[in-house]
Amino acid sequence: MTLIATDKNKAAPTPEDAKPAAMQPLPDAGPGEPIKPQPATDREPAPAFYTKDLSVYYGEKQAIKHVSMAFPDREVVALIGPSGCGKSTFLRSLNRMNDLIPGASIEGEIWIGGHNICDPRTDVVRLRQRIGMVWQRPNPFHKSIYENVAFGPRYHGVKRKAELDAIVEDCLRKTALWDEVKDRLGQSGLALSGGQQQRLCIARSIAVKPDILLMDEPASALDPVSTAKVEELIAELKRDYTIVIVTHNMHQAARVSDKTAFFFLGDLIEYDNTNKIFTNPSRKSTDDYISGRFG
Amino acid sequence: MKAKTMDRLMTGVIVGVGFLIIALLAALLGYLLIRGVGHISWHFLTSPPESIRAGGGIGPQLFNSLFLLVLTMIITIPLGLGAGIYMSEYAKPSRLTAFIRLVVEVLSSFPSIVVGLFGLLVIVNRFGLGLSLMSGALALTVFNLPLMVRITEQALRAVPREQKEAGLALGLSRWRTITTVMVPIAVPAIVTGTILAAGRVFGEAAALLFTAGMSSPRLDFTDWNPLHHTSPLNPFRPAETLAVHIWKVNSEGLAPDAAQIAAGASAVLIVTVLLFNLCARWLGRVLYRKLTAGR
Repeated sequence: MTLIATDKNKAAPTPEDAKPAAMQPLPDAGPGEPIKPQPATDREPAPAFYTKDLSVYYGEKQAIKHVSMAFPDREVVALIGPSGCGKSTFLRSLNRMNDLIPGASIEGEIWIGGHNICDPRTDVVRLRQRIGMVWQRPNPFHKSIYENVAFGPRYHGVKRKAELDAIVEDCLRKTALWDEVKDRLGQSGLALSGGQQQRLCIARSIAVKPDILLMDEPASALDPVSTAKVEELIAELKRDYTIVIVTHNMHQAARVSDKTAFFFLGDLIEYDNTNKIFTNPSRKSTDDYISGRFG
Repeated sequence: MKAKTMDRLMTGVIVGVGFLIIALLAALLGYLLIRGVGHISWHFLTSPPESIRAGGGIGPQLFNSLFLLVLTMIITIPLGLGAGIYMSEYAKPSRLTAFIRLVVEVLSSFPSIVVGLFGLLVIVNRFGLGLSLMSGALALTVFNLPLMVRITEQALRAVPREQKEAGLALGLSRWRTITTVMVPIAVPAIVTGTILAAGRVFGEAAALLFTAGMSSPRLDFTDWNPLHHTSPLNPFRPAETLAVHIWKVNSEGLAPDAAQIAAGASAVLIVTVLLFNLCARWLGRVLYRKLTAGR
């Protein structure tokens, strides 16, 4: 079973720097079968996904205006811009999370691994398994620490206790949480500190082995020490995942990302290597925003 | 007047009102209990009522009240949960849902005597269920359902949106997100609602006069086959509940100790409601802890 009918995929349109031919198709793992681990090494460094002429509307209001951008495989892309510029809306449309908001509608295309996920026939549930998400406020489930991580894999078919234990330990180690919580896995995830909760949420999202991680200001509710830990974590996770991060913090964007996109009033103003954006932006409004003249 | 004096004054007024309400409640409870408690004995709680002689008990009535509660809840809880989940998670805002909401509000404020007469005409006569526990339970469902629907809907709406999104982002289906992520969080509020709904079953008299009846056949408490005519578990037998009994004894009781019986029965009713509340709350806490790894 694939996400959408296949005949559509062959006519995949290509924006300037996207090469859909190099993308791998979505895995067929359904809720009944275990997720196959994705070997991180045999993937070509090709664009993991891109959008083409993407517009998002809330009722009549156009929140995103014809944005086309490609996200390079296993790199970190930061989305910056003043409040209300549409960067969060853009992020949330990438896993169709905006579907939940009444009145929101989407135009254009989002291609992931050879599938246009804006196609109404897309199996959204399956799609979201491939795209992890981390929110601004840590939102662990009201369940134990163990259960927070094991919940996703178990739902997707991992039944054996030993296997689940291994996934939980692996994900908690990857998020540098294992040593802090290994003796109290049965405690509620809500009993952790804010920074720990956020890392638990990251562990939860990588437990279902996604290809892409979407992060919506993951550190803005955290103290500086926890923020530093989350940023370190992002640098680590980059080896296995393509990461898109929305941030208000310019320094953070400069520290963690490879590429940076500047959004303003729903338009993608400039999208380039982070270095270039922060040292020598091509557009004046980018320069104004980065140097703190507005926003 | 200075702001500070005003503040003190209003604090005094509010504290005064609070104490007044507590005092009223305590006085009422105390009056009922002191008047009734002297009459309560094991014999009173277990023996059937006498119509002319003194020394009658309230055994069958007490049992009927509890059994009716169970029956009503068996009907109300699944329907209420289902409708509440629909209203909060599935129904799109439209004229139809606005109309459903209006109907629910109107239903919950229906005069109970009207519901009783409706039950007599439709459930008892038209559907031929006769004066029976089942008719009573269906009539009470008319009151309880709106309450249950509204409480479930509100409890689910109060679940933070990020919790729902976290479930969906892991690739869970909508149904599984609702049942495994959202409902556990909503359990305490739903339990509170259930207690409120249940309280009405204990207290309701007017709607039961014409549906469950004012008489109780001689019950054989050694026969637990629900199909037998004199079995206490038979849901299709007429059944006078405690509240109805209090009303009947007060208005047309011929026994010489009618006043004491009414007082004793009132005290028993209050204590039962209190006990039920405590048990339900405890059960809700246990349930919540079990579902969410406690806190």
